[in-house]
Amino acid sequence: MYSNSNNHDHHEENFIQKYIFSVDHKVIGIQYGITSLLFLLFGFSLMAIMRWQLAYPGTEIPIVGFIFGEGGVLASEQYNSLGAMHGTIMIFLGIVPLAVGAFGNYLVPLQIGAIDMAFPKLNAASYWTYFVGGVIMISSFFMPEGAARSGWTSYPPLSVFENGQTIWLISMIFLITSSLLGSMNIIVTIVQLRVPGLTWMRLPLFTWAQFVTSFLLVLAFPPLEAAAVLQLMDRVAGTSFFLPSGLVMSGEIVDVAGGGSPLLWQHLFWFLAHPEVYVLILPALGIVGEILANNTRKPIWGFKSIVYSMVFLGFCSFIVWAHHMFLTGMGQAMSAFFQTTTMIISIPSVVILTSYFLSLWGGSIRFNTPMLFALAFLPMFGIGGLTGLPLGLAASDIYLHDTYYVIGHFHYVVAPGTIFALFAGIYYWFPKITGKRMSETLGKLHFWPSLIFMNGIFMPMFIQGLAGVSRRLADGGVSYAHASGVLQWNEFMSISAFCLGLSQIPFIVNIFMSLFTGVKSDRNPWKSTTIEWAAPSPPLAHVNFDSEITVHRTAYEYSVPGAKEDFIPQTES
Amino acid sequence: MEIPYVVEEREDTGLINSKLGIWIFLASEVMLFGGLFSAYIFLRMAALPGDFERWASELSVPMATVNTVVLISSSVSMVMAWASLKMKDFSKYKMYLGITIFCSFVFLTIKYFEYSGKFAHDIYPSSNTFMAIYFTLTGLHVLHIIGGVVVMLYFYLPISHKMWNQQPEQFTNRIEVFGLYWHFVDLVWIFLFPVLYLL
Repeated sequence: MYSNSNNHDHHEENFIQKYIFSVDHKVIGIQYGITSLLFLLFGFSLMAIMRWQLAYPGTEIPIVGFIFGEGGVLASEQYNSLGAMHGTIMIFLGIVPLAVGAFGNYLVPLQIGAIDMAFPKLNAASYWTYFVGGVIMISSFFMPEGAARSGWTSYPPLSVFENGQTIWLISMIFLITSSLLGSMNIIVTIVQLRVPGLTWMRLPLFTWAQFVTSFLLVLAFPPLEAAAVLQLMDRVAGTSFFLPSGLVMSGEIVDVAGGGSPLLWQHLFWFLAHPEVYVLILPALGIVGEILANNTRKPIWGFKSIVYSMVFLGFCSFIVWAHHMFLTGMGQAMSAFFQTTTMIISIPSVVILTSYFLSLWGGSIRFNTPMLFALAFLPMFGIGGLTGLPLGLAASDIYLHDTYYVIGHFHYVVAPGTIFALFAGIYYWFPKITGKRMSETLGKLHFWPSLIFMNGIFMPMFIQGLAGVSRRLADGGVSYAHASGVLQWNEFMSISAFCLGLSQIPFIVNIFMSLFTGVKSDRNPWKSTTIEWAAPSPPLAHVNFDSEITVHRTAYEYSVPGAKEDFIPQTES
Repeated sequence: MEIPYVVEEREDTGLINSKLGIWIFLASEVMLFGGLFSAYIFLRMAALPGDFERWASELSVPMATVNTVVLISSSVSMVMAWASLKMKDFSKYKMYLGITIFCSFVFLTIKYFEYSGKFAHDIYPSSNTFMAIYFTLTGLHVLHIIGGVVVMLYFYLPISHKMWNQQPEQFTNRIEVFGLYWHFVDLVWIFLFPVLYLL
């Protein structure tokens, strides 16, 4: 399929061929990157509006209030819409496409010394399917029914009757198809297109992480597609997959055949959504591994254990899903099983994190911006992970379930965790992608406030959650007596959130300033060992490398005794 | 520069890219139908005893049996089409692929009469959970058949002769990879038939 397109190498490509419908993995990676960063910003703005409502319930929203009708006050249904869309956009349109679509697409072929992905046209199709899915998702705000408002988890029976859900389901089917095509491509690329000498144990951690992540996407997403089809049938064809017999709504028995089960959705949904958690975290772990090794100037500690842990993590993530469902009354035996597997899966995560901490020992650490973000990732992910343990145990989960504690927990993993790692990755690979260095001063101006305000948002959530404040309350808990002691935190969290938004300004300025006026970068500005740094910055269109690549050593040979310099590239014999 | 291992196999993996790709795609398809089959088991366990059997008896076993035979025949002719290409006989390939396309149209026609027969008796997906899962599973399977027919028609058009003349090996690989997909669709039906019609 692609060989035809390669015959055109010598033709002049026009703008559209080169930047819009390109089949070059680098252009597609950048397309993914720009789109997903915009979605992240959009998802963040939704959250900012929600946070205003939580801090000052029932007051007019500044600046954007006019969108929400008379008086500029957010209605409860609108709050629900924002919440559902915030979750959906951040996960399916923001982080996964950024971590797998952008970083995976751009870096995996470079790190294995390939000229492109195995299926370039499929790659472009994957981006455009994602794009269409995103457009459909955003357009749901402008539909007569409005955007979905049943939470990103879309639990029936509510989701079967609530407005806006049909568009959400259709969009999800596009997004699932997109990541399916993308991850298939990454797996085949890694298996087939490694350059001579690049054996499995010589693959860098980032590529390993992408490999495992892609398997999770390929195998976990289809059950959600199945579930989405079933829910679509419930909404469109009037079936009752998720509707039990005798379902009562507004005091009347609903006129459906019945016989279905709301629990069926939860099982199918979490069968995807738990591996999805590892889809969010594994690429981050890969990125952090690269940056730690590079900036401690020593080999990563326990490389093989990390790789085996990643694979085990991927495998195990398929058998822990029902720990999201302890409260559904599925029975003691089931709870005991899933609680056990959940405790087991924490072991490889701890192995990886501990190895990273040990890698710091005795290193001559360079505190540049990517390293700061990578270092901040470690304790932030640690907090996120450890606060997850009480949620994995059935007894304590019954108390904590659906409180702000849960929100705090998974945001610690994903926001100061994964997003920090992705920031680190952007700062680290920016010179490779553009040929320009980013400003260190602006980078630090981005990092420190971000770190402080991230914690300002999420740490109080644990306090509120332990006091029993439920999630998804449009008034932030004002109407509940038991919440009154911890409500003062709402304003603190909201102000932190607004400040977090402002702290992203240096980052945006930095990207554009460096792009136009940044210092030119040579091909290996960080003195790194992995293969992508052997390519020119930016890598050549369609072929990436300007020399024949052969691999002679493992991924992180830093500070080898007796070597000329403190690093030996993988390509050096 | 060309992407390697499009036509020749990589030595250490023994695979061409597209063959690995289709196997991974099929793995995801297994999970898709696996999810739906699990839904079937889940719903059947929750249903009143005898309910599923009673509704299943509404389905036409003879029609489904014919369809099973038709689909298996189409799988056989698919292999023959690929084998003809291996033996460099393009006109035979055309004939066998034609038979495969014909079989899939027969399958779709029979399915059409099955569906409309149900609708004529006021049986819809909304009637009960058995019919809901029956229409969903077979409907999704039919979509897979239609997708396959579209691809086959493309490989049947005059353009296929051009592709064959220019890159015979790559064309043969394409047919092989498509064949794997087609056998999978066939296999799904082999599971659907007993689960929905006989059990």
